[in-house]
Amino acid sequence: MPNDARTTAIKDTDPPFWVAWNQALASIRVRFWRQAITTAGVGLGIAFFTSMQIQRLAETSTDPGAQVRSVWLAGTALLMCLVGITNSMLMSVTERYREIGTFKCLGASDSFIVKVFVLESLLLGFMGSLLGSVIGAGAMWAVVNLQGSRLGFGSWMQVVALGTGVGLLMTVVAAIAPAIQAARMPAAAALRVDV
Amino acid sequence: MAEVVVRTTDLAKQYGEGENAVHALNGVTCAIYSGEYLSIVGPSGSGKSTLFNMIGGLDRPTGGSVFINSVDIAQLTPKELAFLRCHTIGYIFQTFNLITVRTALENVVLPMLFAGLSPEEAEERAMKKLDLVGLGHRYHHRPAELSGGQQQRVAIARALANDPAIVLADEPTGNLDLKTGQEIIDLLRRLNQEEGVTVISATHDHKMLGVSDRIFHISDGKLERIEERT
Repeated sequence: MPNDARTTAIKDTDPPFWVAWNQALASIRVRFWRQAITTAGVGLGIAFFTSMQIQRLAETSTDPGAQVRSVWLAGTALLMCLVGITNSMLMSVTERYREIGTFKCLGASDSFIVKVFVLESLLLGFMGSLLGSVIGAGAMWAVVNLQGSRLGFGSWMQVVALGTGVGLLMTVVAAIAPAIQAARMPAAAALRVDV
Repeated sequence: MAEVVVRTTDLAKQYGEGENAVHALNGVTCAIYSGEYLSIVGPSGSGKSTLFNMIGGLDRPTGGSVFINSVDIAQLTPKELAFLRCHTIGYIFQTFNLITVRTALENVVLPMLFAGLSPEEAEERAMKKLDLVGLGHRYHHRPAELSGGQQQRVAIARALANDPAIVLADEPTGNLDLKTGQEIIDLLRRLNQEEGVTVISATHDHKMLGVSDRIFHISDGKLERIEERT
């Protein structure tokens, strides 16, 4: 018995939250290695940024040239890590345009599709940036302390928190921008995209 | 005569602007009836796929209108369009397009969850749909663990999830060998005759044309001829 669009009231709600959550988890679990590489991309960028940040904090020289150099290094590291994360996430979302088109055909709303990508990128971004920060900041912290700097544990914690925050934010932004674009496309266009 | 389920009036689609514009569809007016098995044929570049996408609400026309169950789909908001796709249209693709990270059962359950069914209800109904296409025993497998023919059966079960008014099939046998293609055609025909499913397919396949009630011949963006077969 076909449903009649005229007699069925339009229900203006998405499926419950767990539907999107399960989809995000399944996507991470099944595509584990692909997702691990994306996460590693995020982690490496953040590790580089946090290690430069630790080095900047450990800079004790009063020479203005050395100080400018360390700020410059940390700034460049931040920029490189932002570009790296954006690239990783753009790739991992654009290769899934067809999946997005399919979801639209099944009756998913634009907001459901974006929700799945937000959840996925939150999980990946958090793991990647936390790991990257702990390792990057930790390694450089050990090095500068061995070299005789007195950089406290508190500074390490601060840099880890900063790195995780920056990484998480960038990952989510870089993932949802293409996801929103794909979700708003006509379904036929999203299905045609081949990467 | 059966009820009209899809109607197009002077439907046109143009890609690009000005001198480079491509007129994929040039004023197609047609009616599709509930319960029929319709094939759309035409050489590649004829506008066949464009017509198919318009009827399925997958793309917006640049002229004319498409009515599905008397609803003009150009007037719908994105949310209402999603609702229409969920409840009224089932899609089958040449490349199957299953959600690769989910099992066969989950693929059939998803559109039911979008329609607001409870998970228990959805799973029970989805198992029935999988049984209907003869894949009940493989419900727990992911697409990568299924053959092409089996994937297409899951796709058919998924297309039927919310008992749609029309099922759109885009070259459903295009990626299958002869024997498997024939099985899929037989399955679609059986669903059409026994369950009253309206099947609209874009195809090249002569076996598919052989079982059709009507055939639309598309050429140069126009509906050239309607072939009635009984």
